[in-house]
Amino acid sequence: MIQEKVVSKRFGKVNPLSIDSYIKYDGYKGLEKAVTMHPTQVIDEIEKSKIRGRGGAGFPAHIKARALANAQGPKFIVCNGDEGEPGNFKDRMLMENDPHAVIEGLAILAYATGARKGYIYIRGEYQNAIKIMKATIQAAEEKGFLGENILNKGFDFKLEVRSGAGSYVVGEEFSMIESIEGKPGRSRVKPPFPTDKGIHDRPTLINNVETFVNFPHIILVGGNEFAKVGTPSSTGTKLISLSGNVKNKGLYEVPFGTSIRDVIFQLGKGVRNNRPIKMVQLGGASGPIIPEYMLDMSIDFDRFENFDSKTGTGAIIVIDDRYDIFDILLINMKFFVHQSCGKCAPCREGHIQIVNLLNKFKNHRATEKDLMSLENLANVIQQTSLCGLGQTSMTSIISSLRYFRDDYFTKVRY
Amino acid sequence: MLLKEILSKYPKDPEYLIEILLEYQTSKKNHYISPEDVSRISGHFDIPESQVCSVISFYTLLSMEPKGRYVVQICHDVPCFVNDATNIYEELVNVLGIKEGETTPDNLFTLEITECLGCCNEAPAMRVNNQVYTNLTPAKIEKLIKDLRGEIK
Ligand SMILES: Cc1cc2nc3c(=O)[nH]c(=O)nc-3n(C[C@H](O)[C@H](O)[C@H](O)COP(=O)(O)O)c2cc1C
Ligand code: SF4
Ligand code: FES
Repeated sequence: MIQEKVVSKRFGKVNPLSIDSYIKYDGYKGLEKAVTMHPTQVIDEIEKSKIRGRGGAGFPAHIKARALANAQGPKFIVCNGDEGEPGNFKDRMLMENDPHAVIEGLAILAYATGARKGYIYIRGEYQNAIKIMKATIQAAEEKGFLGENILNKGFDFKLEVRSGAGSYVVGEEFSMIESIEGKPGRSRVKPPFPTDKGIHDRPTLINNVETFVNFPHIILVGGNEFAKVGTPSSTGTKLISLSGNVKNKGLYEVPFGTSIRDVIFQLGKGVRNNRPIKMVQLGGASGPIIPEYMLDMSIDFDRFENFDSKTGTGAIIVIDDRYDIFDILLINMKFFVHQSCGKCAPCREGHIQIVNLLNKFKNHRATEKDLMSLENLANVIQQTSLCGLGQTSMTSIISSLRYFRDDYFTKVRY
Repeated sequence: MLLKEILSKYPKDPEYLIEILLEYQTSKKNHYISPEDVSRISGHFDIPESQVCSVISFYTLLSMEPKGRYVVQICHDVPCFVNDATNIYEELVNVLGIKEGETTPDNLFTLEITECLGCCNEAPAMRVNNQVYTNLTPAKIEKLIKDLRGEIK
């Protein structure tokens, strides 16, 4: 079996709306163990596990946790359930299928860092997840896993759900902080980083839903044991949102190091009607587009870093040979035109120009000069944008120029 | 629900602006925040109207324009696109007789194109108000729209 279920192990077994059912499947055991440890020991275990964030960037989780723990005064924890990246549905599935696991992960981190207040920010489109998480918080409070004097250990932690209202950039940390303050989600200049100055200028830690769900498991089995799964640079398992032209679309969980090809062919059962694969997009709209011959690449943060993108979300979108790469690129780029917050010019104006250039290629009206303009503009947007949106949005363009250059030349008018 | 009731459910802190706007807009038949609503909300929190407007205009789920009773949002991102979403959109245009961004003359339906709904495993997907529909086919669309029309009559 190439699947290894850790964060999705209770899916289909546990009744997501019943706290008793969660407890029956080892629920809250990680929190119960954590509160017998010293808070710094909890962070030590997270460090030993070498877990990296599952929201895309793959930042080591213990660094942020330690920074928050060292901060004085009121501080906040945020669970990022915005999941706006097209092609991703793992965080929705986690919140809908095992919501108490999300809360347990948050409570463990609250204990370890001394935060007394937390938010679960869920995109407005996820009405079902919002309802479930609200009910789950209430149930956890009633049983003493949240609220005041948790597990009679004298530590308090209040949680609140905040809903998004249709904005992709709000998934970015500073935009999310603005949004939690009730404002438009426009990013801020870094540094200072959120763990220094976040919500109401207080230290704030933001982690992805899947990252939080890993914490109870890390505490239960220990950091060293956790780190035995996966690869040296990427420990543990990864949820994969598999979509597109595969036979069995769906959510899978595999150890890091599994190849993309195995996910597509063993778990996804290959392409519908056995058509050839034209391209695969990794991570979502801000991820690279790679050709079939690269599918033996393994799922691993270090490998993904070659693309400077948020590939680490674990989305795999399979596209068969009926589709034109320019249609795919145009959908990606129109997405960014729509989602740019407008604060900086390279992103606000640049994406519109990129769409114009791509349309020329699509309609066989492009010249070789347009190819150079596209290449230059993509680099400018990537290098001069203020926030992660513009810094990662060009990944599909840049990768397509590298791996699908012939497609461009066939569209150039000489 | 009345705006007053919704406002009283939340702490008097503009931090809750987005929550309140969303809940209120959802409860309204024509799914939008009117200029009168804006001034009542800004009065309640004692903040400038421009602050309320800037929030509404930033977030795509919030609107200052009236919409139909059912806001039909069809997803058009890559995973849906390669699963026949274009055909589903055309079927919607067919049965509703309107294009993207338009509302039917009886104010029942507004048709919109939306970003990924996080249901790519069941593509193609769409949302009608807060309800998500997946694995769409033209036949399913025809039936659903018929059912929604029938519900009103
Ligand atoms: C434009 C943009 C959108 C993002 N959207 C999300 C998102 O929807 N969910 C998420 O967890 N992280 C998202 N991120 C990454 C977050 O900024 C942040 O790195 C992450 O939540 C940190 O959690 P982690 O360390 O557990 O991965 C986004 C980043 C950018 C630049
Ligand atoms: S890169 Fe785009 S989204 Fe980010 S701050 Fe600039 S305009 Fe806004
Ligand atoms: S792309 Fe349509 S639901 Fe994700």
